[in-house]
Amino acid sequence: MFLGTAIVYTFIPPLKIRRVIKQISFIGVQSSLIVILTGAFTGMVLTLQSYYAMSKFGAEALLGPAVALSLIRELGPVTSALMVTGRAGSALAAEIGIMRISEQIDAIEVMALNPYRYLIVPNLLAGIISFPLMASIFNVVGIYGGYLVGVQLLGVSEGGYFGEMITFINMEEIRIGLYKSLSFGLIVTWICCYKGFYTTYGAAGVSKATTEAVVTSSILILVWDYFLTSVLF
Amino acid sequence: MIEVIDLHKSLNGVQVLKGINFKVEKGEILALMGKSGHGKSVLLKHIVGILKPDRGNILIDGEDIGTSRGTALERLRSKLGYLFQGGALFDSINVFENVAFPLREKTSLPKEKIREKVLQELEQVGLPGVENKYPAELSGGMKKRVALARCLCTDPEIMLFDEPTTGLDTVTARSINNLIKETHDRIKFTGVMITHDINQVLSIVQKVAVLDAGTIEFTGTPQEIQATTDPIVRQFFNNNA
Repeated sequence: MFLGTAIVYTFIPPLKIRRVIKQISFIGVQSSLIVILTGAFTGMVLTLQSYYAMSKFGAEALLGPAVALSLIRELGPVTSALMVTGRAGSALAAEIGIMRISEQIDAIEVMALNPYRYLIVPNLLAGIISFPLMASIFNVVGIYGGYLVGVQLLGVSEGGYFGEMITFINMEEIRIGLYKSLSFGLIVTWICCYKGFYTTYGAAGVSKATTEAVVTSSILILVWDYFLTSVLF
Repeated sequence: MIEVIDLHKSLNGVQVLKGINFKVEKGEILALMGKSGHGKSVLLKHIVGILKPDRGNILIDGEDIGTSRGTALERLRSKLGYLFQGGALFDSINVFENVAFPLREKTSLPKEKIREKVLQELEQVGLPGVENKYPAELSGGMKKRVALARCLCTDPEIMLFDEPTTGLDTVTARSINNLIKETHDRIKFTGVMITHDINQVLSIVQKVAVLDAGTIEFTGTPQEIQATTDPIVRQFFNNNA
């Protein structure tokens, strides 16, 4: 019902473009640093682990595609979504929750304006736009982190790392990652906005809503990831 | 005109309103009194359509806001201004943006006109020069004044005040009451004002209603309430509960 109403208002003008841009900045741009950091270290440790496993049967040459496939199809969308949920999703639920308990949402309604149009729709759109961008940044940084460890540290040939990657990665892999990110963006902003919007009264209510928003979003990311992977595999 | 007919409401299994009836004629202000937790704010939230009644009707100029939805509800709300107890200012934007918000969203006024109107409203509530401050930087009294400016800038036909002076010092409370009276003299809005401060509002309001345990215990003019011997009503004069 909540999501359905928000989707309906997405298609009823006027769309609050400025608010959408502001929320893209909040959900996406301001999460960049944490996504870059986690992307780099995920790519580096993934390369180390993959090299260790692949060297056991002499397949080090395929290190590049193994790292890239893992990142693009799985780790990029999922890990970046979890990081953005922790940073922006919690703040989103808390902000809307505080607006609820301090009657700011009631004030919007009393002004004969629709709170979905001002609070929910911009966040849903910002989530759908930001999550794939964050996953893309995560993937690029992760692949470069893998390059530093694999090529510079472990001595895998540079041509092999990137050359084999181009051979094995096609648009289908990128599309699967994109579908995942898009759906995670919708799920996280939906859950976080919903929990904030229906916060019960008091600081304890906001605290509970924020915790529930992050926990529910994180679990749903993993469950939905499995479902999508099994469908799109 | 506001007319509340046989209004019933239960919240979390507790019956808060048990058949409320009253009428506020056009241009009148009704002071609504009662002990804390006896349903005054719940009643006010029914009048703006934030809460829906279990039974009964709330008529705004003859139209039932309790059963209105969509554009009909928006049209009725466009007539209303609501001063929330805590101000309900948007804390992520400054004072200017707060007061300008309904003008930007509900009117097609050009930027210059909006600026002019916002500054004029802030001047009228005695707060010139605070437009760049954020709500967190304001005192309780200043927040209520800014909230009042935000309500008044759209020239509402009906104003609802939820304890506009609670928690304020006597001087600030008096200045807010004076402001409400001046505004009423100027634009003749119809109003309902929840208050505990009966002595200060008797000169502002035309009617007084006392809400006790979910029912209206008394309705009358300021002169009638001053003359009544009803013990439930008298306690508001003696204690300002």
